[in-house]
Amino acid sequence: MMTKPHFAFFDEGSKKEIRRTALKAVAIPGYQVPFASREMPIARGWGTGGLQLTLSLIGRSDVLKVIDQGADESVNAVSIKKLVQHTTGVSITEDTAAANIIQSRHRIPEKELREDQILILQVPNPEPLRKVEAREYLTKRMHAEDDYSGAWLLLFEQIMKYGRMSTGAEHPVYVNGRYVMTPSPIPRFDNPKMHQSKALILLGAGREKKIFAVPPYTDVKSMAFDDYPFAVESFEGKSCKLCGSTDVFLDEIIDPDTGERSYQCNDTSFCIEQLNKKEKEEVENSYV
Amino acid sequence: MSETPIVQVRHLQKQFGAGCPHCLDKESVYLEKNYCTSCGTVHAVRDVSFDLYPGEVLGIVGESGSGKSTMLQGLYFDGDMTAGEVYINQPGLAGHNVLTLSSQQKRYIRNNVYGMVYQNPVHGLKMNFSSIGNIAEKMIAAGNRHVGSMEKRGEELLKNVHIPLRRRKEEPQNFSGGMQQRVQIAKALSNNPPILFLDEVTTGLDLSVQASVLDLIKQIQRELQISMVVVSHDLAVIRMLADRSIVMLNGEIIENGLTDQILEDPQHEYTQQLVYSLL
Amino acid sequence: MGYVAVKGGTEAIEASLARLKYDRIKGEEIVEIKTVLATMRPLVDQVMSEASLYAPFLAALAIKQAGGSMEEAVFLLRAHRSTLPRHYYSETVDTEDMFVERRISASFKDIPGGQLLGSTNDYTHRLLDFNLVTEKKEDHQAWLRQFQEQMNEHDADKELQFFPKVVDYLREEGLFETYDLDDTPPKDITKESIQFPTGRSERLQALTRGQTGAVTSLGYASLRGYGQVHPTIGEVRMGDVPIHVKHPYEEESDPDDLFYIGDVKITEVESLVPVNVKKQNQKEELEFEIGYGISFGQNETKAIAMSILDQCLENSHGEFPTHDEEFVLLHIDSVESTGFISHLKLPHYVTFQSKLDSVRQVKKGGTTNDD
Repeated sequence: MMTKPHFAFFDEGSKKEIRRTALKAVAIPGYQVPFASREMPIARGWGTGGLQLTLSLIGRSDVLKVIDQGADESVNAVSIKKLVQHTTGVSITEDTAAANIIQSRHRIPEKELREDQILILQVPNPEPLRKVEAREYLTKRMHAEDDYSGAWLLLFEQIMKYGRMSTGAEHPVYVNGRYVMTPSPIPRFDNPKMHQSKALILLGAGREKKIFAVPPYTDVKSMAFDDYPFAVESFEGKSCKLCGSTDVFLDEIIDPDTGERSYQCNDTSFCIEQLNKKEKEEVENSYV
Repeated sequence: MSETPIVQVRHLQKQFGAGCPHCLDKESVYLEKNYCTSCGTVHAVRDVSFDLYPGEVLGIVGESGSGKSTMLQGLYFDGDMTAGEVYINQPGLAGHNVLTLSSQQKRYIRNNVYGMVYQNPVHGLKMNFSSIGNIAEKMIAAGNRHVGSMEKRGEELLKNVHIPLRRRKEEPQNFSGGMQQRVQIAKALSNNPPILFLDEVTTGLDLSVQASVLDLIKQIQRELQISMVVVSHDLAVIRMLADRSIVMLNGEIIENGLTDQILEDPQHEYTQQLVYSLL
Repeated sequence: MGYVAVKGGTEAIEASLARLKYDRIKGEEIVEIKTVLATMRPLVDQVMSEASLYAPFLAALAIKQAGGSMEEAVFLLRAHRSTLPRHYYSETVDTEDMFVERRISASFKDIPGGQLLGSTNDYTHRLLDFNLVTEKKEDHQAWLRQFQEQMNEHDADKELQFFPKVVDYLREEGLFETYDLDDTPPKDITKESIQFPTGRSERLQALTRGQTGAVTSLGYASLRGYGQVHPTIGEVRMGDVPIHVKHPYEEESDPDDLFYIGDVKITEVESLVPVNVKKQNQKEELEFEIGYGISFGQNETKAIAMSILDQCLENSHGEFPTHDEEFVLLHIDSVESTGFISHLKLPHYVTFQSKLDSVRQVKKGGTTNDD
């Protein structure tokens, strides 16, 4: 009773349906399009939305990169890559520039993406209004009626309580001036990367059965009041202890022995690239 | 008083049930009050028409079940009406029966043209949000995106309704009934609406608290010249607030005129009872 | 060549998978699939029911592979279901055609056709049977032979028997509203995502796919007072029903030309729930409604709980979450709930760093207004 998996796991009918949903999502930027999310060989909440998009889009000549928390070697990223490669045989890369499909959880790569690349983000909670209203029936209506006062009120209350907006990752954004969208949760640091992105960004929520999109060159604006501007995480005065980069999202690392705090690029492949660039420069300089 | 009404209500109708040939006629023998014994339909609001003029306070008085609250819910789009027309004489709205507008347009009216104070503050406030946030909500809904200006306006309103400013960030669930009602009034006024609805706002409050809330409403009316519709079962409240009044019974208007006139010389038997009980 | 990434994640996963395999086989015992099928039928039934795939052999394989973990086995079978093309829907199954193994009614002592206790744990005393520690196949042979003989004597004069439905009997008395047959094709929530408000077909499908424990708990909550449905069981019946499909290319619908493709074992429950019904003249009358529960295999607790929740959701009631369709239907799926709970084990370094930054900024003191 041996069975051979179909190319990219799904039957072609399922892939078509997911692609149609993705096209609809592109046509209505930021709108959550429902789809009949399949059960996957990995668990709900572990990237099934992103994986379904990746599998429905991928072809034999594609080059795939998968990251989790900015790292290519994060265990779940490895697990997803293994599944895709096992069912498709496509080549896998860690080099952001070499990939044409990038599936990611919680980060947008530091390196600017190009028009010929697709970024696929895994989304646990696609509904930016869920904290305002628990019922899907009502949140759907609020989106339809462009009624986002509840979301604004949450931010207003944070300012009243804490003197500033206290969102972490998942700071909501207006897409194309119409739909409010959760940015999947990426850190606030990455929100501006969505604005006028050259690459198509697709977001997939498998458990909640929604696909949404930010098409290339679309306005994405983080929600903020006129007098309380949106602010990204601050890494002021800090730099990566490995490659020295400053304008990047940093991981905070605490030395268990000394208790000392140091910082490192969260995007590991970006860090390695910087290191290699440096090394090359040093080598070249030494020959001068 | 200006000649053009700010709100015109025409032939408002609300029935629960399908109705039948027996209860189409208001004088039908099948009707027990506003209940049809043949088909079981309740005619909550029957052919109600009236005008509201700029700056006036219109009282609507009647016993519970008279249809006054159902009618107010209809005006504020909290409940659908079976039939009828409502016109608001405001820029962009004149000439449209607002009952037939889209829910987005109705929301615009609720946020910009109307203010509403419910009998139960739970319906008008988010009890676990700050008081200032509650007031800001309406301004946010009307498009304000400046925290400083909303905070300032909120504080001004809270001061006007006599809520100590140090409690502005507290949640209404910690407040007494009278204070909650005052926060609701502040919220209703946040966007300077030309029209304010008050539904049994003092019912259930202590007598002394009632008096202070009524004072507040009078003061607001004097200072802001807002047109108000005040619904109450209590003729004393109506006497204190309303210039002109409508008496409703079984879903119908049975009497209307200047409040003083109604009090001095009630025409309808029911109104007479109501007035004598007040004395 | 310069710097390259450390393959830490890949190596860790390989090691973890090896350890998992080691744990499964280190005892040097092999549980045969046929053993699971022959001795653990309730487990197989439950896996099929929650996975919504009727395939006893595959369910037993999933149980074996999962080392007996319920959520894992359901997950495996669901993921497998995803890979199967679904070309046909069967014809409507009439459960009156069930080859009944067990059928009881809590409403009437004498139901047409009689009560049939069948095989049930209900009247066992739950005492650990230490004889099972040493039982041998040979010990059973004599007992089995005797049981067979008794059965043959009993059944020799009987034909294959079908039982009328208890509910039909009550319907004749006019205790229920009678509805016209409705041939609207049911919605399939595995082909189209569930949308609210739902129709009954979507609700029943979500409920029958639900995790047994979750469905049972919520049904129980309604009984205890966090809901308004407290039913009397009209009928629980369990047995095999035949499944037929139409010829895919022929339009005709002669029932004799249908293809019989096999039997499935199901448990079906029809509960009687008294409800207030508004009649045309707005007068209220007390009538019965039927709460419907169905489950693959023998899973009576789940099917009964489902029949409670079916009626809860038919009559929404603001006060109780058991009457709230989004609350019930979106939280009872095994694969969804276990997946999302377990995803908390994934690293959340980035989102945590982001929240940390936010908390630090708040502690530092807020930004100021520009006016």
